[in-house]
Order: sequence, then C-alpha cells, then structure tokens
Amino acid sequence: MTPRGYAGKYLDVDLSREKIGDITLPEETLEQYFGGRGLGAKILWDRIGDRWSEVDPLGPENVFIALTGPMTGIYPGGRICCTGKSPVSNGTVGSTASTEFAHELRTAGYDGVIVSGRAEEPVYLLVTEGGGEIRDASHLWGTMGEETLRTLNKEVSDELFSRDPDMGLMKEPGMIYVGPAGENMVRNACVMTKLCHAAGYGGYGSVMGSKNLKAIVAKGRGPIPEVYAPEAVKLLWKRAHEHLISRDSFRRQGTGYGGWSTGNFYSSEPIRNWQEEWHDERSIGGPMFETRFWVKKQWSDFNCTTGCMKVSCVKTGRWKGAITDNPDYELQSYCGTNFGIYNPEANIHLSALIDNLGHSGIGGANTMGYAAELYQRGILTEEDLGFELTWGDTEAFDRLARLIAYREGIGDVLAEGTYRAALRIAEMKGLKPEELLTYAVHVKGIEVGAHGTRSDEDFLAHDIGYAVNVQGGDHTSVVRDGYHELSGSVFADSAVICNFARTPQELIFDFAKAVTGYPITVESWRRETGPRIVTLQRALLMLGGPDVTWEPVRDDENPPRFYEPLPSGPFKGRTTDRELVRRRRLVYFETLGWDERGIPTKETLEKLDLSFLEKSMSWLR
Amino acid sequence: MSSIWIVRDYENCSGCRRCELACSIHHEGWMWPEASRIRVFMPFPGVEVPHLCAQCDDYPCVESCPVDALSVDSGTTAVIVDEEACIGCGACAKACPGTVPHLHPRNRKAVICDLCGGDPECVKVCREAGYNALRLVHEEMNGHRKLFARNPVDVAKDLAVKLFGEKGEEVIA
Repeated sequence: MTPRGYAGKYLDVDLSREKIGDITLPEETLEQYFGGRGLGAKILWDRIGDRWSEVDPLGPENVFIALTGPMTGIYPGGRICCTGKSPVSNGTVGSTASTEFAHELRTAGYDGVIVSGRAEEPVYLLVTEGGGEIRDASHLWGTMGEETLRTLNKEVSDELFSRDPDMGLMKEPGMIYVGPAGENMVRNACVMTKLCHAAGYGGYGSVMGSKNLKAIVAKGRGPIPEVYAPEAVKLLWKRAHEHLISRDSFRRQGTGYGGWSTGNFYSSEPIRNWQEEWHDERSIGGPMFETRFWVKKQWSDFNCTTGCMKVSCVKTGRWKGAITDNPDYELQSYCGTNFGIYNPEANIHLSALIDNLGHSGIGGANTMGYAAELYQRGILTEEDLGFELTWGDTEAFDRLARLIAYREGIGDVLAEGTYRAALRIAEMKGLKPEELLTYAVHVKGIEVGAHGTRSDEDFLAHDIGYAVNVQGGDHTSVVRDGYHELSGSVFADSAVICNFARTPQELIFDFAKAVTGYPITVESWRRETGPRIVTLQRALLMLGGPDVTWEPVRDDENPPRFYEPLPSGPFKGRTTDRELVRRRRLVYFETLGWDERGIPTKETLEKLDLSFLEKSMSWLR
Repeated sequence: MSSIWIVRDYENCSGCRRCELACSIHHEGWMWPEASRIRVFMPFPGVEVPHLCAQCDDYPCVESCPVDALSVDSGTTAVIVDEEACIGCGACAKACPGTVPHLHPRNRKAVICDLCGGDPECVKVCREAGYNALRLVHEEMNGHRKLFARNPVDVAKDLAVKLFGEKGEEVIA
C-alpha cells in the first residue's frame, strides 16, 4: 500500500461486550474525509445513520471517537480530535486538543480509537503496538485530573518497562482522560489532556463518562507513519518551523496577553456573562501574569516551536499550588472577567480548578456566569444556591464549580449546560423559557467562545460567525463565508493539526499533498472536501434529537444578548446587525448548496457524494 | 582530554521534541521519537527533561558491554555503538547511572548519542528556536558530567520543585 501518512488501522472497542479489535477503513473514505472532524462525522453516520434522532448522546448506543489525521505529529502541533454525537448540540463537533497522546497513538500503529457501548465498571483503555486492552479504573474514578495523570503515568510506565526491561526506559505514555465533571456527565464537560489542555467543545467528556471510560492511554515505539514523499515533507517541515519561529510576538505572548487587550482594544470580551465586553482593568494584563506567575515562558506541544502556552504557578498565598497554562485568553476571560474577577492569582486558581474537575473552561464557566447573572437579577436566590454568588467573589465561583462537577444541589441543574439549565430553571421558577433564554449565551446548545460580535472589531467572530456554524458557539470554527474557513479550521480539524501553528496556506497544502499523495489543493478543500464535511455536519445537527431538535433559521441565530447595544467602551451603542445576519445567512446557505432553510439540496448531496443523507434530508425539507 | 559536550538547561526546554525528530531524521531517515538518541521525558506537564548521554568520565556502559560493542570516539568523546557486534542484551542501560542507553525499537541494538560526529542536530534545532535548552561546548572532560546521568523521573522531581515550589514535591509519583 502506498504510504499516505496513515498508520493504517483504528482500534474498535465495544465496552458492553468487552470486545476489542483492529479495523481498517477504505482508502476512498480517507481521501474523501481525511481524518479527525471529517472522518469522525462519517464514521458516526456509518455507525448510527438513520437512527440519529433516536440516539441518546449519553446512552450506550452513542460512539466516542478519538481520531488523528494523516498530518498529525508530522506537521507542527500534534492534536487529537474527539467526536461523537454531541450531548450539547445533538449534532457533531470535531473537538481538538494538543497532546502527546496523538503521536503516541500513531507510533503504536493506530490512527484512532472508536468506542461504543458502556462498561459495567469504570475502565481505561491502554493502546500499545500489541493492541488495545480494557483495564480496571476503579482506583482512578473520582480523581481530579492532576491525580489521574500522576497515577497513570507511574502505573503504565512501570508496567510497560517491566514487560521488556532490557529495552531500557521509554518515555511516559500520552493520555486523554475525564475529571469528575465528565464522570458525572456534566453535559458540557471536556476531554482533558496534559493537565490543562482540553478538547473543549461538544461535551465529549460527558460521553466518556457515560461509558464509564476514565481515560485512554497510548504508548507507541514505532516511527511516525510513513508519508508519500518523505524528502519533500522533511524540507516543508523545516520551512514550517522557520515560519513559526519568526512569529516573535505570538511566541512571547501566546494568547495570555488577551485578558486585557481583547476587552480593551476590541470590546469583544465576556464580562459578567456578556453584560459588557469592554474593560480597562490592567491588573489582568499579560505582563502581570508573565512577571509573577509564568514559570516557563515557552511551553510547547509535540513538534511545535510556537510555544503559545506558558506554564503558570501560584507559589504563595490563598491559592498556592495552582498550576495551569497561561491561562490562555479563553480562560483568562471566561474564568476571569466573565466572573467579574480581574486578579491573575484568582484567575489562575479558577482555571486550574476547572481543568482539574474536567469542566470546559468556556462552556462550564459560561454556565457559571449565567447562574451569577440570574443571582444578580434575583431569579436564582441564596436559597437556591446555598450561598451568595456575587460577581468577583472567587470563593463563591470555586464552590459553584465543585457543585456542578458533582451535580450537588443547584449544580445538578447547571450541569445540563447553559441552554438546558435555562429551560429547567424556567420550569422551576414558573417563568416562560424566553425569559430565561434571554441571558443564555449559546448557539445550538454550545456556549459561545470568548469573542463577541457586537463591536465587529473582534479578530475572529462577526455577524454569522456562530449563528450558522455547524459547531455552534465554537470560536475555533467560526464561519466567515462558507468558503475561506473550509481550507482553514475545517481542514486543520480534519488533518488534526493545530490552527495556531499557522503558516501560509500554500505551505500547509503542499505539506498535505506531500504527506498523502492525494491531489489536495486549497481550492479542492474549499469546493469539495470542506463542503462535504460541513454539509454532513449540518445534516446531523439539524437531525438532532432525542431531547433537543433545532429549528432551521430560527436557531441559526446569535444569542439575544448579541443584539443588545454595547453599554460601555469606545464602541458603546454598537450591536450585531440583525439584517446583515439575515442576508449573510442566506448567502452562506446558497454558497454551500443548501436551501433557504439551510437544508442541503438533493443536487448538493449528489455532487458531494453524500446521497446516503437524501432520505433523512428529504424528511427535513 | 578535550571533548564535546551538550549542556542541558532543563528549565529552558519547551517540550517541543523537535530534537527527537531532528535526531531520528538524521540517524533513522524519518521521524521516530522512541528511536531518538535524545528523548524529552515529561513525567508531569510543564516538567520536561531532555534525556541523553552524559559522557561519564569513566564510561560505565563501555565497561559493561560483554561483546566490546561500545567504544569512545577519540575526537568527540562520544560513545559509539558497533551495531554489528551489539547483541542487544541491555547491559549498557543497566550499567548507566541514568539508564540513558536504550534498545532500538525494531533492531534491538543499543542506541546512544554519537554527537552526530561533532555537530549535533538536536542542538541546531534547539538553538534555531531560541530555547538553548541544549548547547554545544568544547571543553576538558570533567567529573561533573556523570552527575547528569540520572533517571529522568528523578531529575523531573527536582525540577518540579524548582518550577512549582512546595507544590512540586507532590506532582510526580
């Protein structure tokens, strides 16, 4: 077989029947869907298909999938892509995280792991060149992320060494795992890795939890999979790194300077559940983190010289012992300004706590900010919560994060994620759903990333960026126009490479071609492969169910708050242009060959080789 | 005796592992992290330890080899493996105070840093990225080097305390 950057097989695990084996996928499928986000959606359709609307995302019939792509580990910035039927959007999200787990999996001979069923007792999977093993995880269940890592690193390293001691030492394994939030099926919980990295969107931590699956651990000793044109790849690899190394300010700052600047420069930062998006609190500025807390200023993931992560540690005072990355911009804002907190120490503590619990630092923190606004408005009371939930009160948000992770008290309601919690609280309080949804900042069940659209000055998100995104509020996958992003985020999530290891598009696509030998171009991704993936995702999203089904157009919208005028800052009074959203949404649908309600037409399905969707789409039309 | 040595500043290591990739491309022709002569261990995230031959002044690995497959290069002072002679017994790994040598994952021959003949690829890529966690020095052979031959998990336990203070005491099992 021609080497194309694939290890060549996938581990197929049925936890209910305790069956584990290797499968291969047809080369045509790989060429059409590549890997990660695209391939994951296709595998899901092949496994679930017409039963999509009936499958409970947190039931044993859902499938949890962790995939790499052919460029993973070869192109700078190796990631893993987690997917499955999402318990928050009821569609599918290609949710990626940077981790050594990805290349360990590939050097063990696997491009991915597909997990169905549900284990009777907590388990973890160990993947090596010898295959997959289902192992007892009862000693790990209930542990925070830090302890999970510490225990598994030691346990698996010692055992693999003892299996062949003459070989000498091998590096520790890579792993993805869930914290208590995932175990307790907090809907928007993350799949965690490396202490503070997360496959954040989509709620796949709760899918792992629903399967009693604590972790997947991989250790490989083989080479990174062979490629089509190795000499070309080696040359492009050098050039890619030269580009990354030349990005001096991003390497210095990472996204850890955003906590002040995104609010201050662009007025697009969540503040107290998006009641404002501008602030001038320099106490949360980059240098305040860098000078006092960054113990490692260049922290990289496998095969990346960008080093946008910085290791933070609080060594003194109330929050002594908190370790996390920068925090990156998303958590600086969502676990900082969004809680009315402008103190780096408290922000690092809450980010580390959220990571350790396995919450999504965006989704879970969005729900927590939502609860605080309900408290501010007197809808949720001290009686409901058990304590006062005042903006800026670190102890209170610390308590709330734990309540949600363990589903205790009001935490059980908030563990449903912002959208579902809003509906539940409306019911509890005898209010109309829209009275509660008006403060819920989500798109199709997925809490919106920390980039507002109102000022129109943000560097990522504008008008339809989230509204028509097949991954809802996911800021790493915002829509520009149904064309440009297809060779950007949709490609990166399917090749499973880091969107932050950014080099010129021509270089990335030359790289992809040299790795796979497929005739891949920017154009082919914008006109064929990208549309195929996004159209399949759109179909699954609109099928939804069983607990939630989205209404085309009505739900292809921004959260109500994004239409309130900005109350402060240099762009005070600006808001998202509703008419522009309406027009651009139609153009987007048309660009992708979907009808005016965003349902893919028969002709489009045929053109993209997606005719298997025709039956369910004709029903939606 | 004059020799070449790779200085390792652990706290400068970003954990990018480009050293492993450059090393394995040079020696194996392709990216192969576990066949690399230098490997970056990470017993806890943020605590990265480049693990490579320390060139002890008394070369216990060379002494331990039952088939005389290891020798010292007179120019660089690196340990050179005679792959034809090596029987893959693992005695060198056991003799090394830091368990640095390991067997190649496929051919089971000893893998030890040969300093690329004097111009190591790992140092080049680390310098290019501006990390300088690895630096090349030309200096007299000295007895301190042997103290760098330590189990990477033990090194990481020390480094964790340097990075995280008291908390560092508990992060690695």
